[in-house]
Amino acid sequence: MIDIENVSKWYGDFQVLKDCTSQVTQKEVVVVCGPSGSGKSTLIKCVNGLEPVQQGRIVVDGADITAKGTDLTALRARIGMVFQHFELYPHMTVRENLCLAQEKVLKRSRDEAVSRAELFLDRVGLSEHIDKHPGQLSGGQQQRVAIARSLVMDPIVMLFDEPTSALDPEMINEVLDVMVELAKEGMTMMVVTHEMGFAKKVADRVIFMDEGAIVEDRSTEDFFGNPESDRAKDFLSKILNH
Amino acid sequence: MNYNWNWSVLVTEPYLDWLISGFYWTISVALVAWIFAFSIGCLVGIGRTLPNKFIAGACTCYVELFRNVPLLVQMFLWYFAMPEALPEEWGRWVKRDMPNPEFVTAVIALSLYTASRVAEQVRAGIEAVPKGLAAAAKAHGHGVAQTYRYILLPISLRMVVPPMTSEFLTVFKNSSLALTIGLLELTAQSQQIAEYTFRGFEAFTAATVIYVLIALVATVAM
Ligand SMILES: Nc1ncnc2c1ncn2[C@@H]1O[C@H](COP(=O)(O)OP(=O)(O)OP(=O)(O)O)[C@@H](O)[C@H]1O
Ligand SMILES: [Mg+2]
Repeated sequence: MIDIENVSKWYGDFQVLKDCTSQVTQKEVVVVCGPSGSGKSTLIKCVNGLEPVQQGRIVVDGADITAKGTDLTALRARIGMVFQHFELYPHMTVRENLCLAQEKVLKRSRDEAVSRAELFLDRVGLSEHIDKHPGQLSGGQQQRVAIARSLVMDPIVMLFDEPTSALDPEMINEVLDVMVELAKEGMTMMVVTHEMGFAKKVADRVIFMDEGAIVEDRSTEDFFGNPESDRAKDFLSKILNH
Repeated sequence: MNYNWNWSVLVTEPYLDWLISGFYWTISVALVAWIFAFSIGCLVGIGRTLPNKFIAGACTCYVELFRNVPLLVQMFLWYFAMPEALPEEWGRWVKRDMPNPEFVTAVIALSLYTASRVAEQVRAGIEAVPKGLAAAAKAHGHGVAQTYRYILLPISLRMVVPPMTSEFLTVFKNSSLALTIGLLELTAQSQQIAEYTFRGFEAFTAATVIYVLIALVATVAM
């Protein structure tokens, strides 16, 4: 589903990604973790072409994201993305947030867009908030709306970039519950997160990054059971002990 | 002060007509110039924020040029130098046959100058929209045009309304510079009344009051 082959990326002289290679197969849930600044966000942004790469290839569902001439707009419409700070459109109601890309990108009719918006809003448990603006919702509710906004597009894969790290602790679980539900339904997911409980529960694999390189890429049991690198051990001991 | 105020000159013919005519030209120049300034300014301001380097660069050049040359100099350049710089045929038409050359020139100079200031406000408004929103729109498959149309412009135009009001008032005040190229707008007419009647205080008080009233009406309306 997602094929990352020898990807390197630079910001000026600074190399953010160093020869990264990995795959995500259909229905797989892959968690990406690592210290701050290790390039996790950058890697995930490259997967839907929000950031260009200078070397290597990324293929999503048979389409080469990194090739010139690929219709990125059409491809992105099928790749869901959830951001750390939700990024809901503040001047629109929840309904309009959920309908905009359906109508303008997928060219769905208004009726169809609204009925799908209602369906997915119900699934994240926020039906009664459809007429509100994002500013009237809590962080956890906003993030659930943001997830629904991606789901209405019928994505073939969902990317998450630290979806819970901007939330107050008591709101983290309501968002994680939605994500666990999605994983169980067989959604292909690539999730940058520090929520190791979530990783243990639903991830098939864990990718550990450090200084732009993929240091470990192993099954979840292996990663938590006997991490190979000192970096990963160090990271795990810090993150599991608090 | 022992000045003998005589307000009646203001309502005596032909001076009342002069004031009314001055008021008319001030309003006309300012409104027409504002329509052009706002349209051009929005386009140039948006242009400066586009990913296309060539368009963004051209718009930056526009702003730097028109914002940094004094308006009075621009007024003179358009009025005295531009007809000479045109191809001969056009230059002759501008000098001889163009209807209402003072008005047209004043509108051109004011619009292009004010557009550069409007453009800066529009650019600042667009750049103040959190970067993540444009990224989210892009990630959902919206192209550049849709991202501007549905996300960036609606959000930034709200922020830009207060500074636009003050740009609008600036057009009115700056329209008085048109007297230097011979347009008989409000300030020019007041000056003329002062010369004819030796009632400078009354004439310019009237102009002052009219400018302030226009400003108040504009502020309340916006
Ligand atoms: N637009 C940019 N220009 C220059 N450097 C950048 C840019 N974006 C990110 N970087 C740098 O690239 C490195 C990787 O950033 P990235 O955001 O991918 O890290 P991360 O692993 O997601 O970290 P965090 O856990 O803090 O979100 C960082 O050192 C960062 O400073
Ligand atoms: Mg990050």
